[in-house]
Amino acid sequence: MEADNFEIELRLLIEAIYLKYHYDFREYAAASLRRRLKTALLRFHCDTLSQLQDQVLRDPENFSVLLDYLTVPVSEMFRDPSYYKSLREKVVPLLRTYPSLKVWVAGCSTGEEVYSLAVLFHEEGILSRTLIYATDINPQTLQKAEAGVYEIDRMMGFTENHRKSGARTSLSEYYTAAYDRAVFNKSLKQQIVFSDHSLATDSVFAEVQLISCRNVLIYFNRILQDRAVGLFRDALVRKGFLGIGAKESLRFSVHGGEFDEVVREDRIYQKRSGM
Amino acid sequence: MSPGDNTAASGGVEQAYSSIRNRIDAIVIGGSAGAIDALVILLPELCAGVPLPVFIVVHLPRNRPSLLVDIFQPRCALRIREAEDKEPVEPGTVYFAPPDYHLLVDQGPRLALSADETVHFSRPSIDVLFESAADAYRDRLMGIILTGANEDGADGLAAIHRCGGVTVVQAPASAESAQMVSAALKLTNADFVLHLDQIAALLRALGRDEQRDRQPAPPSPE
Repeated sequence: MEADNFEIELRLLIEAIYLKYHYDFREYAAASLRRRLKTALLRFHCDTLSQLQDQVLRDPENFSVLLDYLTVPVSEMFRDPSYYKSLREKVVPLLRTYPSLKVWVAGCSTGEEVYSLAVLFHEEGILSRTLIYATDINPQTLQKAEAGVYEIDRMMGFTENHRKSGARTSLSEYYTAAYDRAVFNKSLKQQIVFSDHSLATDSVFAEVQLISCRNVLIYFNRILQDRAVGLFRDALVRKGFLGIGAKESLRFSVHGGEFDEVVREDRIYQKRSGM
Repeated sequence: MSPGDNTAASGGVEQAYSSIRNRIDAIVIGGSAGAIDALVILLPELCAGVPLPVFIVVHLPRNRPSLLVDIFQPRCALRIREAEDKEPVEPGTVYFAPPDYHLLVDQGPRLALSADETVHFSRPSIDVLFESAADAYRDRLMGIILTGANEDGADGLAAIHRCGGVTVVQAPASAESAQMVSAALKLTNADFVLHLDQIAALLRALGRDEQRDRQPAPPSPE
């Protein structure tokens, strides 16, 4: 039956990618993975995943193209403005009490969430004492994130989101428009470290006060979700904060009980003091 | 036979009903413009005894919280929920896709959400739901395409058809906006093309069946 073959070939492809390139998609949520691979089949003009596997194993270039399909970067600045508003109102007052701050944006994709936080921290007067770790598994999207260049026609939506997040300044103060692009300022970038990190295979690398990881956990199955949330717990200082996507929850995680809800509707959690 | 030929007259509902009775494990419904009004007619027909999960994508504005649960819960006997990621699928429950996320059915079955790019300018997309549900339920799935001014859902319904599931399309004449149903009919020779009140009767029959099966000794089979 056609679908059974697809399932078999999917597992083989994912295993082959792991053996050859050390990217681990084995515990990704199956339904989204299937859909992304079906899209990739069209791009590679392949009828089957076995054909695709052949191309990917024999040519690393093909793997980097496929990686973009497997890690589909879709993001925008200040997505869900109320999340950022809640960070501003409920989390920043506590962050202010630290002499120096570390923030981890896990799965930063092309950087929209990173620059949103940097702008917000600047507006709140705490950016200069903050180091933001921005991590992702896809080197191509990390490069884009580091460049901080976005199409100018996206800026109108970003600006509107920023305004709704309780902005204290104008977003245009943080970028330079050149032709059809907006380039974010160096003053933001110098507080950010972009780095390759996998929630599936790597471990904790720093102790941080805030982790923002939005719309990443939905692509993991529960095993990998538990691993990632376990890393977050270990990386957070006592009473450190974790923000996840608007429709994600810790309800089905084994680590759910190790966090308290701070702002339920915006999915902002705080690590319990005993943990 | 062209798709239009299976537009059911009076006998269509019973025929449709006998073909789905005891052979589906889940229902997926998709619609856009006019679909809320259609669902206000359809969903109250599903009585509390219907032992199936129902997954629904309705195109909505992305920046506002959805009011669908508030609209439908008071009118319906089934539990109405906005889908949450990784939630185990429960029978007798209607799951609406949240605004700005795709809803998928994953192994388990569990619900899965995704923030992948839009499909037919839509997130949630009917195609994404229908195709993932077809993977999960194979031939034990019924898909219903309702009114809408967009072509989302046509590929998804075709996927259900390929897997041997039951395909139902709202008759274009009874659709507030016929583009979605026409696109679906163009791609799939749907099993049943029904007017809204006939789809309502079909859903009512599913519950009636369940009630009757619960009685210790049914008097006679009709």
